[in-house]
Amino acid sequence: MKFLCVDCDRQMAFAERHLPGDGTLAATFKCPACGRTVALLTNPMETQLVSSLGVEIGGRTVPAQPLETVRKMVATGRDDAFAEGDEPRGHAPGSTGALSWSSDAQERLARVPNFVRGMVKKIYADYARERGIAEITPAVMDTARGELGLEGM
Amino acid sequence: MRPLRTYHDLTEADRSGLPEQIGAQRRRVAERLAGVRRVIAVMSGKGGVGKSYVTAHLARALARAGRAAGVLDADLNGPTIPRLLEVPHAPRTTHDDTVEPAVGADGVKCISMDLLLADGQPLAFKGPTAESFVWRGAMEASALREFLGDVAWGTLDVLLLDLPPGMQRYLELCDILAGPPAALTVTIPTPESRDAVRRAMRAALERGSPLLGIVENMVGQQFAGTAGDDLAGEFAVPVLARIPWHPTPDTWSALGARL
Repeated sequence: MKFLCVDCDRQMAFAERHLPGDGTLAATFKCPACGRTVALLTNPMETQLVSSLGVEIGGRTVPAQPLETVRKMVATGRDDAFAEGDEPRGHAPGSTGALSWSSDAQERLARVPNFVRGMVKKIYADYARERGIAEITPAVMDTARGELGLEGM
Repeated sequence: MRPLRTYHDLTEADRSGLPEQIGAQRRRVAERLAGVRRVIAVMSGKGGVGKSYVTAHLARALARAGRAAGVLDADLNGPTIPRLLEVPHAPRTTHDDTVEPAVGADGVKCISMDLLLADGQPLAFKGPTAESFVWRGAMEASALREFLGDVAWGTLDVLLLDLPPGMQRYLELCDILAGPPAALTVTIPTPESRDAVRRAMRAALERGSPLLGIVENMVGQQFAGTAGDDLAGEFAVPVLARIPWHPTPDTWSALGARL
C-alpha cells in the first residue's frame, strides 16, 4: 500500500502510527513536497490482517522475537508454555548489565498474560539496557511503549 | 492532467518497508533450516489416513537408525505429534531469537501447537470474530513460518512436516520455504482415498515438489483396494511401505531405510 500526492506527483512518506486500542489503526502519510498529510484508517478486521502477516506498518521498532506472532496473538495458550532462557547476548554501550524492576513495574508486568509475559519482559529489558537504564519503572515502561509502539503490550 | 502513476511506479524508500520485513522473515527461515539436510512434507490431501501416525513412527525409526530427525506438527488445529512422540509437557525455553524444540522418544525433536495450547482448548486467536476467515489463514501461516524459522532445529538429517488434511498448509509451505518441499504421500487402500490423494499429488507435482513415494497405511482387514499401486503407477513413484494394522518396529525401520 502506497500513497501518492496527486497534485505534486510525489510518493507520500509514512509519518506516524496510532493504535487507539479498539482494534483499529491510524497511520499518517505526508507529502514531502507540499506537506499535505493524509490518514489511513483501518477497521479491526483490516488491522488484524496486517498483524497476521507478522509485519508492522511504519517498520519494526524491536527485533523480531521468537514465536512473536504466536505469543502475541494466540488467545488460548497455556500459562506455562514458555520459560526464559539465557540473558541477552552482550549489552549495549552504557549499560551496566545489572537490571532491576521496581515493585510497581513488577506488578504491572504480572498483569500481562503468562503466555506473552516473557517476550514483553525481554522487550522492556532490552530497551532499558540499550539506554543504560538500571531500573525499570512504570514510567520507563510508558516511555518504551510510546517510543517502540508497543500498544497492546 | 498527467496520467496517474501506479503502485509499481512509486519506488521511493518507504519507512514501513513491508516487502523488506517479509524478506527478513524468509531469510530467518532459510537461516534456521540451513542445518537441515532434508525437509519432507508428509501429506495426503485426505483426512484420517494416519499421516501423523506414520510421521511420528518414521521419525522414531530414523532416529533409532542414527539419523537426527525432527517433526514439525503443521496440524495447528488438531495437533497430535507430541502424544505420538511421548513428549512430556514442559515450558519451551526461549532465547534471544529462538525457542528450544521439545525432544521426544528416541531423541526426535519436535514443535507443535499442542505444546503451547492450554489443555483441551482449541487454537483461538485474539482479534475480531466477525469475518475472521479473512485473517485466520494468514495467522496460521505466520504460526507455521515461526515454527520453521524460530525453533532451534540445529543440525538435522531430516525434518518431517506433518501436514493436516487438505492442501492449504502445503501451499503455505511452498510460499514460506525457498522451494517446494519433497512430498511423502500417505494413503489408505480404498478408491475414495486414492481419488483424494491423487489430487494432492497432482497439486504437489505442479508446484514442483519431488514426489518421494507412497506409504499405504492400514493395509488389510476392512480397507480393501489398490490405491497405493494405482497412485504409484500413475505418478511413477515407488510404494515405499505398506503398513499393516499392527506394524512392528521393523516395518518402520524398513520405511526409514528407503528414504
